[in-house]
Order: sequence, then structure tokens, then C-alpha cells
Amino acid sequence: MKAPTPPLPKFARPAPPRPNELVDDQGRPARPTIPDQARKAGVGVTSWVEERVGLSPFLRGFLFRKVPKGTNWFYTLGSATMFAFLSQAVTGVFLAMYYEPDPSRAYESASRITNEVFLGEFVRGMHRWGATVMIVLIFLHMGRTFFFGAYKYPRELNWIVGVVLLILTMAMGFTGYLLPFDQRSYWATVVGVNINASGPILGPYLADFLRAGAEFNASTLSRFYAIHMMLIPGLIAALIGVHLYLVAKLGTTAPPWVKAKKKELAKREL
Amino acid sequence: MSDRTSKTFQRKSRYTKDRGIPGAFEGETVTRRAFMTGTAVAAGGIATAAFALPTLGFALGPIFERTEPSRWQDIGPEEDFNDTDYVPRVINIVPEIGEAGRTTIYVRRYNPRIDGEANSDQPYVAISNRCMHLGCPVRYVSASQRFICPCHGGVYDFQGKVFGGPPVRPLDRFYTRVRNGRVEVGDRFSLNSKLERFSPRDPSNHLDGLWQYLYPSRPTI
Repeated sequence: MKAPTPPLPKFARPAPPRPNELVDDQGRPARPTIPDQARKAGVGVTSWVEERVGLSPFLRGFLFRKVPKGTNWFYTLGSATMFAFLSQAVTGVFLAMYYEPDPSRAYESASRITNEVFLGEFVRGMHRWGATVMIVLIFLHMGRTFFFGAYKYPRELNWIVGVVLLILTMAMGFTGYLLPFDQRSYWATVVGVNINASGPILGPYLADFLRAGAEFNASTLSRFYAIHMMLIPGLIAALIGVHLYLVAKLGTTAPPWVKAKKKELAKREL
Repeated sequence: MSDRTSKTFQRKSRYTKDRGIPGAFEGETVTRRAFMTGTAVAAGGIATAAFALPTLGFALGPIFERTEPSRWQDIGPEEDFNDTDYVPRVINIVPEIGEAGRTTIYVRRYNPRIDGEANSDQPYVAISNRCMHLGCPVRYVSASQRFICPCHGGVYDFQGKVFGGPPVRPLDRFYTRVRNGRVEVGDRFSLNSKLERFSPRDPSNHLDGLWQYLYPSRPTI
């Protein structure tokens, strides 16, 4: 005869199944499947963060806001410009790992990126062509805003912020052009700085500020480098934040060919 | 009616005590809340200015400091030059950056028959190759006795005066002197259309008529 096994102490006993818990055919709690576990872990982490930052009302309003009827592919040009900027920021940060902003080293380090560094040609090419893409996209985005009349009340401030972003993007193009430090970039910068100098009263001072002196000198390149990779990107990122906030706050406009139906308007006004 | 309007326009007393604020002192006009707000704003402002003003000055400093110290460069013996045609020479204007700091000058001896009285104190005429439109390098074409710019078609005559195209004033020159039979080149100077001397200016800065007042000289020169 088999002696009865002593009962397990309380802490070692399996917990009875909870309501809605998976059980096997003997009523014991079943091990949840791996996808279930993953889902649970994901929900757990998300809700842990959410409980502490409380961002979901904002994100819900921002990501799931209503857009007018007739919204089309032209409305993606702004996001496309922003992704061009992000791509520039990321490739630029990694290019900075190899680039040396010193007049005697700049050209060699830039050609080293292209010719020797693994994938260097690709990353530099992305940055170089991405710059052009960003300029093209920002102008298309501006054209869309203009032709759809999306700059009108109450969105004038967003138009102004957008124009400042356009100018900053052009300034990025100007300061970045010097960095390869070949004949073309050197002379383009000389001419570009002198164009700044041709402005009345403040022009000569602006040119001296850009060159860090009366002649193109040892600090000019590092000055352009600092403006190109710290000053303007910071300003652009901050202004993109303002731009997006205003877009979410004010909503987007319907294309001009979509007319509100008079009947519906009348009903709403009643 | 008039009674009510006069009441609305009656201003609150400036004394905290009269306004019934607890703990108010006799004669106190600034509430403690206003005082604390002011203090916090002032402290923040001072702290921001403490780093913002020095960095701004740091970035703008080069405008107000002389970056080119006077130096005289030997460009060869007097026999190398004549008074009827230009001889090109390469000089260093910013020696510490190597090739990018060099520039070409065109040199000939001062010739009273061509130059007249203008700049007669200079033994040599050393013309900078920086175009006065936007700073591209001009070259001297001795067949036509003209300086020609490759960028936008600026043309200068034998004296460096504007002959055609967009440039706004004659080509800059450098001071010259002779030491022990050798020609030396010093600082840059700019000229207006009458070949009167000015402190060095950027290309595109006018120096004639009323235009010259729109393009001030550097504060330090």
C-alpha cells in the first residue's frame, strides 16, 4: 500500500486558476504560448511607461487626428522633408566620426571617407544627394502650401515658421558646401561670403563674421563646420517641433477643389 | 450710472496693507509673490546672460579684431620687374592655412606716364587678383593688357580700373617698398574709381559717391 504523500506547504502549492486564465484538461493553469507572453510583456512595458509619463492622450490627439476629406499624397511632402532632414542628421553624425575640419586635413579626410572607409562612399553619397533631395522636397512642400491656400488664416504663423525653416535649410546647403574643401567648395564659399558682404551697412560685418576675419583663414572652416553641424540643425529641429505642433493644433486644410456642402453647413449652424 | 463707472475705475491701493493681504507691512507696496517672481526672472536672466553674452562676443569677436598683422614679403629683386608689363607673383596672405592662404598678385614698377600722380608714393604697383565683383580670381592677359575675371565677365584695364562687367571698383593693391634692392609687398588697400586709397574692403563694396557710405570700413582698420 502506498503511503499518502504529505500535503505541500502552502507557498509551494500551485495557485488555483484565475478567471479567464488558460487551463489544461486537468484544470491546471496552462503555460501561455510565446506570442501571448510577448504580447503581455509588451503591454506591461508600455503601460509601465505610460503610467509614468501620461503621453497617450497627446499621442492619440497627434497621431489619430481627423483630416479633411480630399487629403491626398501632396500632404505627405512635409513629412518627406522631415525624413530627409532626419536622414541628413543621422548620416551627418556618422560622417563627423571621420571628417576633420582642419584646412590641411579636411580634403584628405573627406576623400578618405569616399575611398577607404567601409560604406563611406554610400553614407557620404546619401548626405550629399540627400541635401539636394531635402531642398527639392521643401520647395515642393512650400508650393503645395501655397497652391492649396494652406497659408491663410489661422495658419500664417506656421507659414512664417516654414519660411524660416526654408532659409535655415538653404544656410545648411551653404555651410555644408565648404566642408569637402576642394577648389569648387573653396571658391563657391569665397563668392558666397562676398555676396553676403554686398549687403549694405551690415553686409561687411556679416562677411567678417562668417569668415572669422577679413580673409578666409584658419578658423573659417571650423566656423562653417560648427554652424553646419550644431547651430543650424538645433534650430531646425526646434522649429520642426513648433511647425508640427501648429499643424496638429490647427489641423490641415482641405484641397481647394473640395467644397463644403451648403446643406450640411446649414444643418450644423442650426 | 455715473456712480458705478467711477467704482470700476477706482484703482486698488498700492499698499499691500490697504488691500488686506495677510502679513503685510506698513508702507509695503510690492507683494511677496511679485517680489519672488521678479527675483526668479532676474536670476534666470542673469544666469542666461552670463553664458550667452560671452559666447556671442566669442563668435562676433573676429569682426572687431585685426586678423592680418602687418608683414612684408620678399617677392624678388628689382631687376625682375619692369614698368610696362605685369609679372605674376604668389604671396601668402594667411600663411597658417597653406595653399588656401596664398594669392596671386601682378606686379610692375610705378610708371608716371601711365599712373600719373595717383599712388606715386608706391615704388611698385602690386595688383591683387581678387575680382571686385564677388572675389573670383582674375588673370592678366598681356596681349590685350586687361585683367579678366572668369566668373561673370568682369574686365579691368591696365591700371586695374573697371573696364566692363559687374565689378564695382578697381582691383585692390598691396603696399610695396624696396629694401636692399629687393621688392617687398605689405598690406592690402582698396581704391575708388579715382584710384584714391581706402582701407581694405570686401569685394562688391562700393567706394564711390553716396554708395561708399553704405559700406563702412572695418572697425579696427
